[in-house]
Amino acid sequence: MNFFVISLIKSGLVAFVLLTALAYIQWVERKVLAHIQLRIGPRRVGPHGLLQPLADVIKLLTKEDMIPSHVNKFFYLLAPFLAVMFALISIAVIPFGTEVKIGSFSTPMQLTDLNIGVLFILGLSGIGVYGVALAGWASNNKYSLIGGLRSSAQMISYELPMALAIAAPLLMLNSLSFRELVDGQAGFYFGFIPRWAIFQGPFPQIVSFLLFMVAAFAETNRVPFDLPEAENELVAGFHTEYGSMKFAAFFMAEYCNMVTVSCVGALLFLGGWQPLWPAEYGSKFVPTLIFAIAGLICLSHGLRPARPFDRFTLPVFAVIFLGIAAIFLVPILATILLPLFWFLAKVGIILFIYIWIRGTLPRFRYDQLMSFAWTFMFPIAIVNLFITALMVAVTTK
Amino acid sequence: MPELPLPQSVPLAWYLILSAILFTLGVAGFLFRRNVITVFMSIELMLNAVNLSFVTFSYKFKQVDGHIFSFFVMVVAAAEAAVGLAIILTIFKNRQTLEIDEVSSLKN
Amino acid sequence: MDAILFLLFAAIAVVCGLNLVLQSHPISSALSLVGVMGSLAVLYLLLGGEFIAAAQLIVYAGAIMVLFIFVIMLLNAGTERKLPRRLWVKYAGLPLLAVFIGIASFVIQRMLPVTEGVKFGAMTHGNPREIGRALFQIYLLPFEVTSVLILIAILGAVVLARKEID
Repeated sequence: MNFFVISLIKSGLVAFVLLTALAYIQWVERKVLAHIQLRIGPRRVGPHGLLQPLADVIKLLTKEDMIPSHVNKFFYLLAPFLAVMFALISIAVIPFGTEVKIGSFSTPMQLTDLNIGVLFILGLSGIGVYGVALAGWASNNKYSLIGGLRSSAQMISYELPMALAIAAPLLMLNSLSFRELVDGQAGFYFGFIPRWAIFQGPFPQIVSFLLFMVAAFAETNRVPFDLPEAENELVAGFHTEYGSMKFAAFFMAEYCNMVTVSCVGALLFLGGWQPLWPAEYGSKFVPTLIFAIAGLICLSHGLRPARPFDRFTLPVFAVIFLGIAAIFLVPILATILLPLFWFLAKVGIILFIYIWIRGTLPRFRYDQLMSFAWTFMFPIAIVNLFITALMVAVTTK
Repeated sequence: MPELPLPQSVPLAWYLILSAILFTLGVAGFLFRRNVITVFMSIELMLNAVNLSFVTFSYKFKQVDGHIFSFFVMVVAAAEAAVGLAIILTIFKNRQTLEIDEVSSLKN
Repeated sequence: MDAILFLLFAAIAVVCGLNLVLQSHPISSALSLVGVMGSLAVLYLLLGGEFIAAAQLIVYAGAIMVLFIFVIMLLNAGTERKLPRRLWVKYAGLPLLAVFIGIASFVIQRMLPVTEGVKFGAMTHGNPREIGRALFQIYLLPFEVTSVLILIAILGAVVLARKEID
């Protein structure tokens, strides 16, 4: 019974944090894109636009929920449901940190540790195609159908290089469960190089990481692979006939897929919650340092504000950052929060790269995109897997 | 919570009965439907039913060979689906119909 | 708990199978087949076949059925015309089917003892390590032959679906 209650609490916590994070990733994206494009981004709704996601949610919830008369009603309503359901389920196997001991309970920071965790994520990304394909077809609209078919063909084509790129570090780490994969990346070479999969002998998995990132961009329909969503933006797209909450469901599914593949990339290639350098060289103080520097920067900008409103908001942010820096110094909380910090830092860096590339690169044309998958990435993934297998076979006794 | 009259562990026979029911449904679909894609999907249903009985017997003898057979059945089903759907596309291109009753020019 | 899970997913599988056979639009049949495959994946998990459950989701439900759905959408398949069936087929078909399934069930459950039930967790050989070991040691020849089979299927599909260049 205890296990059941703890699992319920964990599920509720993870669901709440995930849904809030999805809304705020959109805020981060708009701000970062704006600064790349030399403008400011949302700043009216709340300090620095922080309440903008709330305003968006209220808008989407209160818009009129219209079902066009010419659509196939059952599949039209089923498609966003499927899309968002399969996207949200994949968080169940992602570990966020080590064991947490509260009183007499000790639970891992993960909803469930399947011993086929990697296969579960691959299977869900395969089934996630149905939401998109059904949405395109059920809309009863030429442009939606073409957009939906293109998008789902793209997702299937890039699943292959992604699976092969995932298979390569699995050969070296010998397990399919995420927790064992991260435990296999613990330790340091020569005392200071972390044994993450991209640095691990016998064959550092740098090519696999790059392949995985490119395939992940295509799987989640992000720039530079978002032609099915964007070209048709001018005309239509698979979510053209959808409004209000159903459209919000598709966008939530897209951001959730982004978060999932970033988490999988951080776990498989960047060592999960393993720190960048050993604890005896001071990696315990990295989060404190980072948050303290952020707080001091906010404070110094608050004393000479660029805009009059910042005189009030920036010192408040400074106090919040310094408070978080102080929390990391408390020894009881530090053991829980340190692995969480490293994991979230890596996921955050990958998400930032997603947004950075969106602001920088133009998009592929559809036939270029498909031939890139089949004639370039697939052979490289096979050769990479072959070389990894060769090196592992030669060096194991 | 009322005590339902359910067995403590599921008897193995129930899995095989389920496999028989699904196989029979597949045969019924294969014989009675006229859309060639639905006929194809009934074949896939039959293959799935057979997979279930393979995995069931693999449990009974606690060996992994049933899983391997099931894996090969999946692979063969994938290959068959690819070629079969390509043939269906060609038939549609030439006859403009998807009903198997109308693709009968070699009959009699 | 095992029995409840089995009955639930077996019921879902049978209902989806019936839906596959009875629906007139191919897309509804295709999605019912995806439902059958999903519930069968859960049943494989109950039988200890975790790799086969994942393979069912990745290969069957995630790739083969998407291929079916693509073809149905591309060909714009519509609903089937209903053929009027002869009277004795309609009224004797279903009872005979039920009798056949009843006889088969009776024979099956006489063959297997009831004491030997399926407990979740009793079969530990379904993990990828065991399957890999069997696949690459005992069943190596069929494995290589199926890879050639897939190559032939790819070539066949590419040739058949090619546009004719005149």
